[in-house]
Amino acid sequence: MEHAPETKSSETMERLLPGQSPVLLPGHTLETITDKIVSIVLRRPVTLGWVGGFAFFFGLLNLMLLAMAWLFIRGTGIWGINVPVGWGFAIVNFVWWVGIGHAGTLISAILLLVKQGWRNSINRFAEAMTLFAVACAGVFPLIHTGRPWLAYWLFPYPNTMGVWPQFRSPLLWDVFAVSTYATISALFWFVGLLPDLATFRDAATNPVAKRIYGLLAMGWRGSARHWKRYESAYVLLAGLAAPLVLSVHTVVSFDFAISIIPGWHTTVFPPYFVAGAIYSGFAMVLVLAIPIRHFYGVQDMMTMRHLDNAAKVMLGTGLIVAYGYSMEAFYAYYSGSLYEWFVLKNRMMGPLAWSYWCLIIFNVLIPQVLWIRKVRLYPPALFCTSVVILFGMWLERFVIVVTSLHRDFLPSSWGMYVATKWDYMTYLGTLGLFFCAMFLFIRLMPMITIFEMRLLVPQSKLSEEAAHD
Amino acid sequence: MDNAQKTGNGDVCPSKKGKLELAEVREKLSEARGPRYWRTLDELAQTPEFEEMLHREFPRHASEWTDTSSRRDFMKIMGASLALAGLSACTKQPLEAIVPYVKQPNNMVPGKPLFYATAMPLGAYGTGLLVESHEGRPTKIEGNPQHPSSLGGTDVFTQASVLGMYDPDRMQANSYIGETRSWPDVLNTLRGVARAAKTNGGAGIRVLSGATSSPSFAAQMQDFLKVYPGAKWYQWEAVNRDTLYAGMQIAFGQTVEPVYDFSKARIVLSLDGDFLSSGFPGFHKYARQFAQRRRPELKEEMLRFYAVESSPTNTSAKADHRIHVKASEVEGFARALTSELGIVQHWYGGEFHPEHKRFASALAKDLLKHKGEVIVIAGDAQTPATHALVASINAALGAVGKTVNYIEPIDANAGVPKVEQLKQLVAEMKSDKVEMLLLLDVNPLYDAPSDVDFLGAMNRVPLRINLGLYNDETAKYCHWQLNGTHYLEQWGDTRSFDGTVSFIQPLIAPLYNGHSASELIEFLTNQDEATSYALTQRYWKTKYSGSDFGAWWNRSLHDGFVMNSAAPVKTVSASPAQPPLQKMDTPGGIEIIFRRDATTYDGRFANNGWLQETPKPMTQVCWDNPLLMSVNTGKKLGIKTEDEVLVQLNGRQVKAAVWLTPGHPDDAVTLTLGYGREQAGRVGTGIGFNAYKLRTSDAMTFAGGVKLTKTGVHFGLASPQGHQSMEGRAIVRAATLEEFIKTPGFAHEMVEAPAEGLTMYKPYEYKDHKWGMAIDLNSCIGCKTCTVACQSENNIAVVGKEQVKRGRHMNWLRVDNYHEGTPDNPNTYFQPVPCQQCENAPCEIVCPVGATAHSSEGLNDMVYNRCVGTRYCSNNCPYKVRRFNFLLFSDFDTPQLKLQRNPDVSVRSRGVMEKCTYCVQRITHARINAEEQNRKVRDGEVLTACQQACPADAIVFGDLNDPESRVSKLKSMQRNYGLLEDLNTRPRTTYMAAVRNPNPELES
Repeated sequence: MEHAPETKSSETMERLLPGQSPVLLPGHTLETITDKIVSIVLRRPVTLGWVGGFAFFFGLLNLMLLAMAWLFIRGTGIWGINVPVGWGFAIVNFVWWVGIGHAGTLISAILLLVKQGWRNSINRFAEAMTLFAVACAGVFPLIHTGRPWLAYWLFPYPNTMGVWPQFRSPLLWDVFAVSTYATISALFWFVGLLPDLATFRDAATNPVAKRIYGLLAMGWRGSARHWKRYESAYVLLAGLAAPLVLSVHTVVSFDFAISIIPGWHTTVFPPYFVAGAIYSGFAMVLVLAIPIRHFYGVQDMMTMRHLDNAAKVMLGTGLIVAYGYSMEAFYAYYSGSLYEWFVLKNRMMGPLAWSYWCLIIFNVLIPQVLWIRKVRLYPPALFCTSVVILFGMWLERFVIVVTSLHRDFLPSSWGMYVATKWDYMTYLGTLGLFFCAMFLFIRLMPMITIFEMRLLVPQSKLSEEAAHD
Repeated sequence: MDNAQKTGNGDVCPSKKGKLELAEVREKLSEARGPRYWRTLDELAQTPEFEEMLHREFPRHASEWTDTSSRRDFMKIMGASLALAGLSACTKQPLEAIVPYVKQPNNMVPGKPLFYATAMPLGAYGTGLLVESHEGRPTKIEGNPQHPSSLGGTDVFTQASVLGMYDPDRMQANSYIGETRSWPDVLNTLRGVARAAKTNGGAGIRVLSGATSSPSFAAQMQDFLKVYPGAKWYQWEAVNRDTLYAGMQIAFGQTVEPVYDFSKARIVLSLDGDFLSSGFPGFHKYARQFAQRRRPELKEEMLRFYAVESSPTNTSAKADHRIHVKASEVEGFARALTSELGIVQHWYGGEFHPEHKRFASALAKDLLKHKGEVIVIAGDAQTPATHALVASINAALGAVGKTVNYIEPIDANAGVPKVEQLKQLVAEMKSDKVEMLLLLDVNPLYDAPSDVDFLGAMNRVPLRINLGLYNDETAKYCHWQLNGTHYLEQWGDTRSFDGTVSFIQPLIAPLYNGHSASELIEFLTNQDEATSYALTQRYWKTKYSGSDFGAWWNRSLHDGFVMNSAAPVKTVSASPAQPPLQKMDTPGGIEIIFRRDATTYDGRFANNGWLQETPKPMTQVCWDNPLLMSVNTGKKLGIKTEDEVLVQLNGRQVKAAVWLTPGHPDDAVTLTLGYGREQAGRVGTGIGFNAYKLRTSDAMTFAGGVKLTKTGVHFGLASPQGHQSMEGRAIVRAATLEEFIKTPGFAHEMVEAPAEGLTMYKPYEYKDHKWGMAIDLNSCIGCKTCTVACQSENNIAVVGKEQVKRGRHMNWLRVDNYHEGTPDNPNTYFQPVPCQQCENAPCEIVCPVGATAHSSEGLNDMVYNRCVGTRYCSNNCPYKVRRFNFLLFSDFDTPQLKLQRNPDVSVRSRGVMEKCTYCVQRITHARINAEEQNRKVRDGEVLTACQQACPADAIVFGDLNDPESRVSKLKSMQRNYGLLEDLNTRPRTTYMAAVRNPNPELES
């Protein structure tokens, strides 16, 4: 940190140059960037705050393991689900986590393809976030089945029973969509890490760390040929990942849209689910970025420009989501369907109306503060808004899954849904899993892409231009 | 008939006498059960002979293996060796040997069930049944279609009784003050008792039994009383017909009971008469005839039903017009109607509600218009005066001899009211006149009126012997607890409501080596160890006057009843006497009504999980007997559903949870009997609220002056149907007869069904069969018999109150109940909902593993083995008929319950979805039979369990490819509609819309 280039704070810069402030504060050289990012992992001592935070989330993670052990012993009946509400927290959490993952892919793939340079400092941890969120999501489809030990039957594999999965089922499409998504995300993330892992290998003094980073770097030497192949592979993967941003949540929304349940059977679901996914994903990016900036002193690399941009994306997607809600209500009226109309009324005035109105407040009303520039430039406010949005998006899935199911066609079969402590434990547990992984990632991996940051230094621009001439 | 030998002299093998023969070991073991089993073995093990038998490498009979004639003995020894392995090794091994039949019993083909006719007595009234037996295990109760007094119908109690027989909580050994005793020990004691009693003519002996109509048992008791002239026989039934007989005494001066013929009825009026509710004598036949007379296709001939009812039942739900009054006001109504009809001027007091006045005058006009075609029926819970008035109304309207007949009571001891008998016994016990009290299948310490101190009196009796199925509240206080037999384990006879004699034929040897009441009485009378088989036959030999007794006996056993044995019609006075005129003033305050429970009857079925989990027809509450109260009264008292209240009546009190019930009269509450048992077993102990604590001998069916106080406790009740309004949806489609005649297709005008063929997928082709079902909502009386039958046939698990509250009940076939109109007097409709087996099934396309698939005969088959349990199919089922095993609901451990299960249906484990299969196992049986005979399955050959059990014949199943089948014909009728057909699911279970037949005069 000897070269701390804090000439002007990022807040001041952004205030002075709205929308044009640099994504890397002045004063950095190629060396300072490498040094700063490397030192976070290799030279910074383990702080008490990190240990405390990790221990807390590790505790939550163990709560999940406990809940899952009991689940496997007793069965899904330990949850609040029933007939008619066959899906509860598990599916709500699944959709929520998958949605959160979307921001990472959007930032790293789509913004890369449309050459948004500002993404460079946040893409690495956003990708990690995607990966961990998909891991959290992946827990649920498995454990929510009645017989999880047979869940592999959803995969099309040749077997002695001579039975294939049933390809008309959206759940099967889900299997493909999510597993593809997890694979591409992991590959994309790892390929992007290679040059930085090599940097770590070279910078590490501890022989064990050197060896591990060396293994992970897979022999990266930084030769021109490496870079050429790297660039084409990375863009290819980005090209593969980009459609996934749209497709995965579209397929997830099919779980609902394909069914005949009023409140689920809606054509607006695919776009509105994708927008909602990005909405919650960016909220999670901010929830992670704001503390990281603060605790690791990387305000110069994750500047107010980043926060401002992320907030604007949230505002935009949030408006799409709000449009989705209003269209749902409109269709319920316009369809003339007795059942659709009832579902809307029931959402607004039924026994679970609190969830609907909280959703509207959290997802539609509160985020309107993001129109105000001052809020966007004030990290604590932005942090709180993001948390509210994350809550709101969780409630959105709750409203869709539970309030549609609990009162459908035949009033004789109407029921209620009350989550049990095991439901909550499993949900909190996945938060534990997610943040534990995040904590480890920050301590062990370059959370900001070194080589891409170096591209932002004016020095590199000069040499690039020189090379072109 | 083949069971004749079952209870015979055991199947001890006639082996040669050795040092220690198997026969002896078996004999010693035969009395042992449970812990004693091992003790006996230990005792045996100490003998040197036994040691030898244990340690010899080859059992003595090993050489017999080559000798065909004694191979069976070898098998038996091998079985014993396996059993004895438990002595040398301490691990718990299952004590069973799997050995094929060496000599196949007659007619028994493993895997093919046999059906035997028998009858189930409930109180005095028997119901003729056929029982399905798999390899000697009764598994399912079916109606006996040939039986003249049930016409093949059953009820919830008969359907569930098979579970009662296998109840693991039944008494499993005889005991004396807590110590297990063998039957010979019991006989020794009884021998002593008999010897002593003979010296004084049995002066101190009192027998208390339930009501019985068994001719042979009644004769046996007469013999007993002849041998012991000083002894007395009393009967006690908590649910009895005392008031009916008292009413008949007023009207005719003799004890008779009415039987009705609905097949000729045009107008029916019920005064609290719940003849369409399980447990009413004659229920099965009445339900069938009623349903037939209610077919709207009869047009103007269709029966019209009026009900004046206090506590709402499924009977009043079927009424075209009903008024709800307090139970104490029904008599007043009967008096007013008598006046209105111009028989005798009875009504002269109090304010007659103008609405009731209008009802009564319209009703009177209608009744007078249809003289000779009317039935007025009063419930057993009504007052003697009501019964007498009803008798006079029936007589005046020319019903007697046509639609109403009187017969000698079926009850062998109807003369003295049951309450009086009980009181007499108590008085005798109190004055120390009783030396020995013999209790036969009764539980007075639970169900006696609370002002009768039965316990205090009984404790003065020096010797108390209880014979019954359970170590219940009464048995607990007896010296001897003798192990009785279930009706499926014993021989006997009983009579149906019309007097028809049915034989009780055992389906299995007593599961726990119990002995029947007739065997016990016979031993006391003659010190003779005759079996119930011999006793039943002995009696009928004396009664039968024809030539070939054997042929007659076999024939009667085969049919299940004695031909033409219905009681002869008694001629009664043409102008019955009137009850004394009485000013009927309406007492203020709140009244409590006691009724038999729709599922536990008087409490005897409290330990039956199937019945406990069957929702009560009107409230849909299960596992409890809530205090029913009208919505208005609840509002007035500030009481809501599930509030716990303290019910106080003349210094007695009980706590109960409230259920606000539409259609309940105001200022009255209902508490059904049969709950709050203290020693019923694992299922029935401690659930519900004990109404007997409030019931006194002077107010057995209703009482005024109840005080209700909220305790502030919230008491959760379990109901699988949370919502009883249709929310304006065309779920049950109904019209009045007038509308139906004008627009027969009214059901189709309510909702537009999409055109056929609107599907993305290729339509299925059905070359062979195409199964379908039609359910007539007009016939359905909501009695829930089908639900229990389905549970029994398909091994459906019981989940318990907590799980029902969470919405996880497992019934494949539910009967929905919808109210329409005001909560004061709603119209109520019942709708049985099995799987609709849709043609475009929403469940099939969403299952990711293909665990639910369309069969070649149109069924939505559920493949349990393939199911991974995503529950998507259930979410996507608009009818919500799928049931999921959220936990391990099936009991895989209790050996008795394993015996009960239908071997043709898989028992489902945790994590698997299940649903109605249209009883695919029955279809398969029929198909195999047909294929063997190289023909097609005939119409009516496959009866689903619900269809077979339905007393009203509301469910019809069959082949839709056969235009001549009953179901095809029904489906081509205009009343036929598909539930939620607007969703284009194309259900193959369809409904026949309901039609009411209101009196135009009362319509406005």
